[in-house]
Amino acid sequence: MIVNKISVMIGGEAGAGITRSGFLFAKVCLRGGLHVFGTSDYQSLIRGGHNFYVVRADAEEIYSQTDAIDVLLALNKETFHLHRDELVSGGGILCDGEELGLTDRSLGRDDLKLYSVPLKRFVEELNGALIMRNTVALGAVVALLSYDLEILNGVIRDTFKPKVAILNVKAAKMGYDYAREHYAADFDYRLEGRSSAGKQKIFLTGNEAVGLGAVRAGCRFFAAYPMTPATPLLHFMAPLNREYGMIVVPAESEIAAINMVAGGSFAGVRTMTATSGGGFCLMSEGLGMTGMTETPVVVMLAQRPGPSTGLPTYSGQGDLRFAIHASQGEFPRLIIAPGDVEECFYKTMEAFNLAEKFQIPAILITDKYLVESHGETEPFDQSKIQVDRGLLLIEDEYTGEEEYRRHKITENGVSLRAMPGTKGTIVRTNADEHNESGYTTEDPELTAKMVDKRFRKVDALIKDLENYETVKLYGHEEADVTIVGWGSTKGPIREAMKLLLQEGLKTNYLQIIYLDPFPVANVRKVLNSTKTTVVVENNKTSQLSSLIRQHLLMPVNHKILKYDGRPFNPGKLSQRIKEVL
Amino acid sequence: MVTLEDLNTPKKNTWCPRCGNFGILMAFKKALMQLNLERDQVVLVSGIGCHGKMVNYVNVNGLHGIHGRVLPLATGIKLVNPSLTVVGFAGDADCYDEGWGHFSHAIRRNIDTTLIVHNNMVLGLTTGQTTATSQRGFKTKSTPFGSILPALNPVAHALVSNGTFVARGYSGDVEHLTSLMVEAIKHRGFALLDVFQPCVTFNYLNTYDWFHQRVYKLEEEEHDYTDRQKALEKSFEWGDRIPIGIFCKKEKPTYRDNLPHVKGMSLTKVPITDVDITPLLESMT
Repeated sequence: MIVNKISVMIGGEAGAGITRSGFLFAKVCLRGGLHVFGTSDYQSLIRGGHNFYVVRADAEEIYSQTDAIDVLLALNKETFHLHRDELVSGGGILCDGEELGLTDRSLGRDDLKLYSVPLKRFVEELNGALIMRNTVALGAVVALLSYDLEILNGVIRDTFKPKVAILNVKAAKMGYDYAREHYAADFDYRLEGRSSAGKQKIFLTGNEAVGLGAVRAGCRFFAAYPMTPATPLLHFMAPLNREYGMIVVPAESEIAAINMVAGGSFAGVRTMTATSGGGFCLMSEGLGMTGMTETPVVVMLAQRPGPSTGLPTYSGQGDLRFAIHASQGEFPRLIIAPGDVEECFYKTMEAFNLAEKFQIPAILITDKYLVESHGETEPFDQSKIQVDRGLLLIEDEYTGEEEYRRHKITENGVSLRAMPGTKGTIVRTNADEHNESGYTTEDPELTAKMVDKRFRKVDALIKDLENYETVKLYGHEEADVTIVGWGSTKGPIREAMKLLLQEGLKTNYLQIIYLDPFPVANVRKVLNSTKTTVVVENNKTSQLSSLIRQHLLMPVNHKILKYDGRPFNPGKLSQRIKEVL
Repeated sequence: MVTLEDLNTPKKNTWCPRCGNFGILMAFKKALMQLNLERDQVVLVSGIGCHGKMVNYVNVNGLHGIHGRVLPLATGIKLVNPSLTVVGFAGDADCYDEGWGHFSHAIRRNIDTTLIVHNNMVLGLTTGQTTATSQRGFKTKSTPFGSILPALNPVAHALVSNGTFVARGYSGDVEHLTSLMVEAIKHRGFALLDVFQPCVTFNYLNTYDWFHQRVYKLEEEEHDYTDRQKALEKSFEWGDRIPIGIFCKKEKPTYRDNLPHVKGMSLTKVPITDVDITPLLESMT
């Protein structure tokens, strides 16, 4: 009997409520006191095709999906055919066998168990919509795992409107009763939830965590054009605008979006936009303008595989160099790569603070795997990071002795930022090179001075970053191997480390969170004392390796790269780490 | 009381002598004086091109942005702080070529801003190429055999996009242009003021003389600017007689009117140091 260690996949056509059902099941596990992780895989279409969602639950802390699945909840036959071979020996398939024409004999593997439940018939008996079969199935899964139906009912009641919830509770019970009656104690997996665990932890996507960070940081204006996988952030912000006094604008293009938020920031509030690589291309010129005009904005760049449209609904890390170099000319910027939902929240807040403090654009570089997977964490600590607006004049009137100059040359390069409308100031800025007052200039000496002024902010920023966790080191100090990565590879890497340790290989993991300015000293400190380094990235050219070489004049020993649009699975990753050593 | 002197800047003007932009610059300063707006409450947004230098020549708040993006920049500023008077300046290439994608959307949103387009029917600062409003047959460096395209009609476009204030002025008649600017800025909603502005260096066709012979004022012919159909008819008038003045004016709810939760509120005044997200966190357990 395997207790409190399970991976459940729900698969079916797009539009069949796959992600929602997976999410519900994950919450059921979470509220039973288990650790959970959920990730989705879907294609670029609205109906049909194949979607799946994987929920992993465990008594121990977990960071990603695993390589194998224990239960396959197949809502169509294709799901069964595509994923049969990912099932572990002894794994179970839950489906409407009658409807899909699946029998024990047609499984093609004799080490699997078929648990057929008449999902469709039950829904018809309830006069419910077909999508409710998912709830019947969830009830059946709960029974198969000898888990607590009441926890599922609680999640249903918290998720659906009262009328719909009542019907769904009934549906869940039908599935539960049927599975109890027919398959009780047949399955080798069990979940032992403690319903007392209740609602202690939160379960959310990276997009939602970034959104929460933005709201908490006081973002007042959000404009975006939809682009997978950043679209859910727009969906998250839009309904919150009334409650939180924000303005959320669906812009006509990414070009409009970046310029709108630049305008909003110039006017004096915290603003943000979000997109993926294609949209970020369109934003590049506007991004450069925010650099030149010293206008703080926060941009989330949620990567997907490119070039061009690439794989619109999949994941990749091919845009790191692009983010670092986007737009013509040279200007300071900040690039932060959170690696899990917790960092999505806190690093977003840091991005807002630092963008304003240094009056620069801040780019949160994420990817589909990070922003659309669900992770579990303690509710965010709202007292951990305070809003710091930097050198911003919030009074209604400027009373300085000398005339106000928006781009006054200062020692650390940061000038007092006033909002237009402040009495006693004329706030002028300029995408052309400009003097301290914001008037256009073509003077060579002044040009060089202004470039230097802006770049002194980099020195100040680097100094300030000494107070930030720009890198994190996990694992054994005396490790045989040091794995280096950034962003969403964090979860699979930490899982792979567990597996390698089981095989006696001691590893540690250097997560580089701040990528520009590159935390040279912190990275050097770790890499100077490593035996072997392995860089793990979801791209073809190992862009992080090139940054390490550029900034530290130091080669890395090995690279493990994956660029098929899919995240690393911990098992295969640990294999590949062993292979390269 | 704001004076002409207050509005002047120390920057040396670099437009060509007799450039049509001077009329626009003077009219704008006069309009600000007539409206008695405080300099620190006005934001001038400009794009790229000769017109873009407006930011250097009027001593009000200013944002000299990138090519074609005056409208989204102005949108962001005004949405955030509705107490500011936001006036965008663009060129014909800036707005009707590079930034055309924003034009109808800005009109549709009806944000209480003004857009003044320096329409000289040629790209000036890049030394003479055709633009969206260049006339068919117009010879430039980019169309050496004459432009083969009909000119785009911004006034008609604004009218069919349901523009709430659509007007055309002429920089050769500063007094009239000033009155149009005053009306445009006073208008509650998005105001388009397309301004004929002779480029004395690169537009050999649409000269001061050419315009002088053709323009007439709509108000002198008792045009009813509440009649959009009539306005649309007038917008197609081109040839020996070309109308200037207010084509259409109609008050409609602005974008912000439809956002009751921030009604009249400047978001810059809202403290952000303690936004409580506890209810959101609770909904995620």
